[in-house]
Amino acid sequence: MSRQVRAGEQLPPLEIPITRTLIVAGAIASRDYQDVHHDAELARQKGSPDIFMNILTTNGLVGRYITDHFGPTAVLRKVAIRLGAPNYPGDTMVLTGTVEEVTEETDAVTATATATVKVVGANGIGRHVTGTVTVTVSVPSGGAR
Amino acid sequence: MSGGPEASDELGMRLKTYEGRAAAVAGQGKDPVNLPMIRHWCEAMGDTNPAYEGPDAMAPPTMLQAWTMGGLSGHSGRSAAFDELLGLLDEAGCTSVVATDCEQEYVRALRPGDEVTFDTVIESVSERKTTKLGTGYFVTTRTDVRAGPDRALAGTHRFRILKYAPAARSRPQEQPRRPRPVVNRDNAGFWEGVEQHRLLIQRCTSCTTLRFPWLPGCNACGALDWDTLEASGEGTVYSYVVMHHPPFPAFDPPYAVALVELAEGVRMISNVIGTPYDKVHIGLPVHLEFQRYDDELVLPVFRAREEVA
Repeated sequence: MSRQVRAGEQLPPLEIPITRTLIVAGAIASRDYQDVHHDAELARQKGSPDIFMNILTTNGLVGRYITDHFGPTAVLRKVAIRLGAPNYPGDTMVLTGTVEEVTEETDAVTATATATVKVVGANGIGRHVTGTVTVTVSVPSGGAR
Repeated sequence: MSGGPEASDELGMRLKTYEGRAAAVAGQGKDPVNLPMIRHWCEAMGDTNPAYEGPDAMAPPTMLQAWTMGGLSGHSGRSAAFDELLGLLDEAGCTSVVATDCEQEYVRALRPGDEVTFDTVIESVSERKTTKLGTGYFVTTRTDVRAGPDRALAGTHRFRILKYAPAARSRPQEQPRRPRPVVNRDNAGFWEGVEQHRLLIQRCTSCTTLRFPWLPGCNACGALDWDTLEASGEGTVYSYVVMHHPPFPAFDPPYAVALVELAEGVRMISNVIGTPYDKVHIGLPVHLEFQRYDDELVLPVFRAREEVA
């Protein structure tokens, strides 16, 4: 169940359709009841064209993107994101990632790699999210030498 | 804009004094870490990671903040200082909030049954910033999330919000248009004249009395029949007022509204154009012009006979 991780590796993109359901389900699952994440009328009154995804959902999706890719041994250590263009309903966000740096630790039994991955989530109007994720994964012992 | 975020950055200096103060002390998660909330989260995110299922489940690390959320019933443990800080921003018109940054470090997995507590400190308040959304201040907090009987650190969560006064929406402003005249059977002839750049005065065919504005019958003799006389266009300002307030759409106060006595003897209300409002005076000789205001509206107006300095 382990695989190698190399700096420069590109993660396959993940397309996420931004539905109203995703925005609302994500907001409620993260216990964020700010009206701009579920009530289009109030969102418009506050100057937004529609409801938009909350940061906790973006955070969750970025985490999922990384653990989906690195598999069951992946353990998230750090997720740092910055939001830009909002995710409005009807848009699609495409997450892409690049492994920037890998450090390995090996003992007699196991080897782990800690990877720093740059993540970008682009939607129809720009970059919704840019971030850095640090993740630890099991790798084949001595495999990356 | 006094009192708004553009006024001065005295507010910014005041906000700075909140740096380092607690935003939440010994806040308690509303629920212990639990499988239903984990499952709802995973369903929303489309996350099928087996690590988040079953008897040995851990919570998705990115749920860290969710365990500290106040939900509809509000936050526990929030400090008076943080409420004050947000209140000052609200008072300054920075009533909108958007989260811009979230930086989480995960120290220890949270598992079902873990009771969550948290402490939050106001790490920094930015100077006043103008963004696409509006003008406001970035407020950064750092929360230490602890769990379990030993209150061990589970993770830290740095969160940055922009609290701002929304910028006016840059929707293309439709040019306000002057009110339309109400045209009816009694005055249609007048407006037909205006269309042809002719100012028509009604004349009673019975007693030859001129009348303006147009009416169904003669005020002098009561006869109903009439014809028209085209005004020469010469006149004088008989009286006037200067409109300062209230402003109406399509009008730009102050402006003079004049009662012009036409050479023919009747009086009409109109505008004197091309003369500053404070140079319009009683007795000012004026002559008629037809001014187009938009693709549908032409109005008779008056201009001073001679340049008025």
